[in-house]
Amino acid sequence: MTLHQAPTAFADRASGYAAFLVAHRNKAVLRFIACGSVDDGKSTLIGRLLHDTKQIFDDQISALQRDSRKHGTQGQEMDLALLVDGLQAEREQGITIDVAYRFFSTDKRSFIVADTPGHEQYTRNMATGASTADVAVILVDARQGLTRQTRRHALLVSNLGIRRVVLAVNKMDLTGWAQGTFDGIVAGFRDFAADLNFSEIKAIPLSAKNGDNVVEPGIAAPWYAGGPLLAYLETVPVRAEALNAPFRMAVQWVNRPDSEFRGYSGRIASGRVRPGDSVTVQPSGRTSTVARIYTADGDLPEAGEDESVTLVLADQIDASRGQVIVATDAPMRVAETLDARLFWAAETDLAPGASLFAKIGTATVTATVERIVSRIDPETGKPGPAERLSANDIADVRLRLDRPVAVDAYAENRETGSLILIDRETTDTAALGLVLAPSVEASPTTQPARGGLLRGLKRLFGR
Amino acid sequence: MSAALSAAVQPSVPSAAPSSPADRLSHLKRLEAEAIHIFRETVAETENPVMLYSIGKDSSVLLHLALKAFAPGRLPFPLLHVDTTWKFREMIAFRDARAKELGLDLLVYTNPDGLARGVGPVSHGSEVHTDVMKTQALRQALDKHRFDAAFGGARRDEEASRAKERIISLRTAQHRWDPKRQRAEPWHLYNLRKKRGESLRVFPLSNWTELDIWLYIEQENIPIVPLYFAKERPVVERDGQLIMVDDDRLPLAPGETPQQRLVRFRTLGCYPLTGAVESDAATLPEIIGETLAARTSERQGRVIDKDGAGAMERKKREGYF
Repeated sequence: MTLHQAPTAFADRASGYAAFLVAHRNKAVLRFIACGSVDDGKSTLIGRLLHDTKQIFDDQISALQRDSRKHGTQGQEMDLALLVDGLQAEREQGITIDVAYRFFSTDKRSFIVADTPGHEQYTRNMATGASTADVAVILVDARQGLTRQTRRHALLVSNLGIRRVVLAVNKMDLTGWAQGTFDGIVAGFRDFAADLNFSEIKAIPLSAKNGDNVVEPGIAAPWYAGGPLLAYLETVPVRAEALNAPFRMAVQWVNRPDSEFRGYSGRIASGRVRPGDSVTVQPSGRTSTVARIYTADGDLPEAGEDESVTLVLADQIDASRGQVIVATDAPMRVAETLDARLFWAAETDLAPGASLFAKIGTATVTATVERIVSRIDPETGKPGPAERLSANDIADVRLRLDRPVAVDAYAENRETGSLILIDRETTDTAALGLVLAPSVEASPTTQPARGGLLRGLKRLFGR
Repeated sequence: MSAALSAAVQPSVPSAAPSSPADRLSHLKRLEAEAIHIFRETVAETENPVMLYSIGKDSSVLLHLALKAFAPGRLPFPLLHVDTTWKFREMIAFRDARAKELGLDLLVYTNPDGLARGVGPVSHGSEVHTDVMKTQALRQALDKHRFDAAFGGARRDEEASRAKERIISLRTAQHRWDPKRQRAEPWHLYNLRKKRGESLRVFPLSNWTELDIWLYIEQENIPIVPLYFAKERPVVERDGQLIMVDDDRLPLAPGETPQQRLVRFRTLGCYPLTGAVESDAATLPEIIGETLAARTSERQGRVIDKDGAGAMERKKREGYF
């Protein structure tokens, strides 16, 4: 270890610090997921982003050099993947086992990266990483081209509501930066993704190992002028799609320290709220007016998505944990029967009749699987018949709840249209679920035999 | 020089304008809201939660967020400090002052068996000391009070195995962490269920970085232990680390005398195991500037992280927080 005097960060401390704070306060955070098959270089790419944006400290570099000699797969060079593969088993096997979160920032944005494994329990890990991501970076090995895994990953992130994807064609150096190879992969992907509802597909030829087109532009591909990955991530809109969702806040906690104060604490899932707004508590249906938006820092004149607040209502109506306070003019659906797309995560099978806990917002109810409507082919998205579900299956099911809950369709609201199923015995999270729009068919048995893919996507995306 | 720093020293660089209305909420505000949400979910769904209070800067932030989460009500859980008896004296003074000022329900626990055996970092080494006085002590304290959920200030950016830890992390009845049996944690839907005897560790600061912590301390004016600020302090050099001589329990070599050096601490723990850094950063802006310019990670000052590769993962499996 070297002891050294830390350099003075701000040449003129006072003004430099003020400028830094202004920049930092305006900075947004972008969450993205990196996905790919084994050996596509996900961990190396994330390691490269961290390294080239100077997030790696000297002592971590020396540890990395030491680890690279022991576990590295890059010969004499530093193996950047070891920066993110943190578990001993991962280092020993040279693979990523579990979803990891990494952080870096530039002067434009802060970033949270979910690094998800491409093989082991990929459905559950990738769905988890995608659930909060704004953008997906799908890695493809330029030498392998599109694989079954690529299709699965694209379908999965599309299902989870991600609208912007980067097709990162990695290891371009190993193809001699062949434009034809790149163009072929991109054309194939656009063709496959035509039905996946992406609003933008940004294709970038890069080499995570050498750093070309990751943070710095690559000079080896003069035919590509689209800019490096980081430049895209710094400018892509954050959650542009979610802006118009109506006000929803699930009650987490009734704050009643004394007889004078009664507030409903929660995190605003979507929309905005102001004192004077008419709100309805669902599923009970009672209506009141927002009197105050209390926070520890004082009352707010307005609050919006992602803020944790405590609402005081004008009337003494009873709201409790599990209920949702919503804009009166845009209520949620109250349902006792839900159609949901499940990502089955448990090692045990699921059969019709199974009883689990469902956590929906802050409500926990008992859910019985009334029937398995169809299993979704993970590569094509096409529905097919299924008697049971096994680990990593994706399927549409009908759930019967022991009491009504307020929900939105996932296509309209990721926060209020999502659920988890919990095994009552092991208490493990058994499935991730997306609430589907209510079925219009009178008899559910008639769906979705024909036109399945398109109709399935329409139900999922609400179009 | 970090990318963020270059903006700081060149005020002429235009600051990033919010690119859409959704960008209006700053990163720090979003982190704060997420942490508050986690506190409320945990309190609503567990029987007997407790907050692990280590007195460090992350604990200070954690406490501040907890108070916000339940205001204007009181904190609905006690604080637990696992005292190894080797903390800096200024830490203990700070702890007691804060508890009094805020009217906190503070529990202090020391492993009585370790105390009786005289286990300490100097006599027994960092591994044994940490195991007996921290890991085992924590397990004893959680068992004694039957806490079923414990909040901690760990962050995913601290260490590679932490990066894979869930926000709500399950522990067996023996307090062991199984990295292969972690639950999926999608959206903001936290599964706080557990079997009898099992317990949860809850990490509301999971998505914060060291820089976020400092910026938040500055923004919110959160009190922290003065040891974080540079001052002339008596130190000796041990294995390349600058160790502060906080009391007379640190043996000195014949003829060795502590030197007064201008130092501060980036993390705080047991004083013989916590390296100081030479620094003249005596204010929060100066510390933030130094953090931006830092070339070494904060954990570099922690002796216990160097107890072999994968040391943290192993300690966590054994029940270390």
